[in-house]
Amino acid sequence: MREVAIVSFAQSVHARRDPRNEVEILMPVVHEAVARSGIERPFDFTCSGSTDFLQGQPFAFVLALDAAGAWPPIAESHVEMDAAWALYEAWVKIQTGEADTALVYGFGKSSPGDLPEVLSRQLDPYVLGPLWPDAVSLAALQARVWLERTGRSERDLAEVAVRSRRDARDNPCATLAGEFEIDKLLADPYLASPLRRHDCAPISDGAAAIVLAAGERARQVCERPVWIRGIDHRIEPHALGARDLASSPSTRLAGEKAGVGRGPVDVAELHAPFTHQEWILREALGLGDEVVINPSGGALAANPMMAAGLVRIGEAARRIAEGKARRAVAHATSGPCLQQNLVCVLEGE
Amino acid sequence: MSEAAPPVKTIKTPMRLEFQYTAGVATSRFLRGIAQGKILGQRCPSCGKVYVPPRGSCPRCAVATEQEVECSDKGTVVTFAIVRVPSESLDVPLPFACVHVLLDGADVPFFSVVQECPLEQVRIGMRVQAVWVPKEELAPTLQSIKWFRPIDEPDVPFEKLQEHL
Repeated sequence: MREVAIVSFAQSVHARRDPRNEVEILMPVVHEAVARSGIERPFDFTCSGSTDFLQGQPFAFVLALDAAGAWPPIAESHVEMDAAWALYEAWVKIQTGEADTALVYGFGKSSPGDLPEVLSRQLDPYVLGPLWPDAVSLAALQARVWLERTGRSERDLAEVAVRSRRDARDNPCATLAGEFEIDKLLADPYLASPLRRHDCAPISDGAAAIVLAAGERARQVCERPVWIRGIDHRIEPHALGARDLASSPSTRLAGEKAGVGRGPVDVAELHAPFTHQEWILREALGLGDEVVINPSGGALAANPMMAAGLVRIGEAARRIAEGKARRAVAHATSGPCLQQNLVCVLEGE
Repeated sequence: MSEAAPPVKTIKTPMRLEFQYTAGVATSRFLRGIAQGKILGQRCPSCGKVYVPPRGSCPRCAVATEQEVECSDKGTVVTFAIVRVPSESLDVPLPFACVHVLLDGADVPFFSVVQECPLEQVRIGMRVQAVWVPKEELAPTLQSIKWFRPIDEPDVPFEKLQEHL
């Protein structure tokens, strides 16, 4: 295995409704990540994550290349997934020896459409899709099963929201931050029982970028490279009824393959757009009370679709680069009810 | 399994999603300019090219374009096609000529249609000018430009347009 490090990370402020177009949001983020990396363009490989369904425009990811710079022609790829999977593709590209450096970015404006409805279009088109179950309703089905299975309460869910929003006060990029009283939150009406508004991630427009470099190249350009010690992603059966919604075997397996349990974990950034999902993910990854969870506030504080998973990796890496953690776990999810999950383990030198 | 059961060959699953598209900062400035009868482009600080309509970035240099440049509403036809099939979105009588016009002061061509001249006279190099709706009807939409019409200026030679074809 080649050693691969994160040498820089940048993200936009994740606004509820950003008046800029995608390229206008993305370009300063890419410029910042590139400048911090100390690596001159062109990169050996560029990979992005986005989906045209968010903005309702075909080939939006091609327009977004204006932000990355594709002239003279570059080696470039795109995933119709969160950009954490673009990072995975770039990592594989570096493993093959075809690249030593890679630029990874993800972006999404959720504000133009009705996000829970847009997300229903990723369901199977024959049986479930035509029923238009929205993303919040599906998550509520999962939350109900989890509550019944564990005997936990809606207060346990609200505690996740309160902690996330409190931690996000130190995150200048967050959509939603502040001190909230748990009893007031629990007095709110349900969006889809048992989920209330605070159980759901805010809707955010935003972007993020990460620069990767292999072995010696990373050490040359970066004082504190953050090494990807393990990375893996796994998927559940497509039919929601064929899954045990209260647990996440794909996260457990990805965590095992990535080597989460091979050492103590200081910090974990978990991509949980719903409060109950953080509980499910912690259990799947075997993270105990000693692990600091989502010090950035997580997706419950800022959820730029197609970038929020990459942000988890960036936020975890940042804490290692700043010397606040020695070993960190980052997780990204894609699809309804934690359909597909990526886990990576990060360490300093 | 019954052999008599016919296969399910098709299902109908109607789909409708509505979007409130945001033009972005640069294109919004352009559209506000159109509402004042002005065509505003943006110049790349790196290569100097002027983009109109601007999207806020230069795709060649991957840098933001912030310097605003007013382009002329006169320009040169760099390519054209005679359209003989109706289009729901273009309210002009058939047949008509759609054109790429290189506005004076711009470096990328601008899409429009040519009217007020016989179709067989539309040609590459022809000088044209925008015909605007009456001042009181100007709005932040490209429909504020009705079409382009020929003007009495000599053709621009093909060689001078080659970069834009």
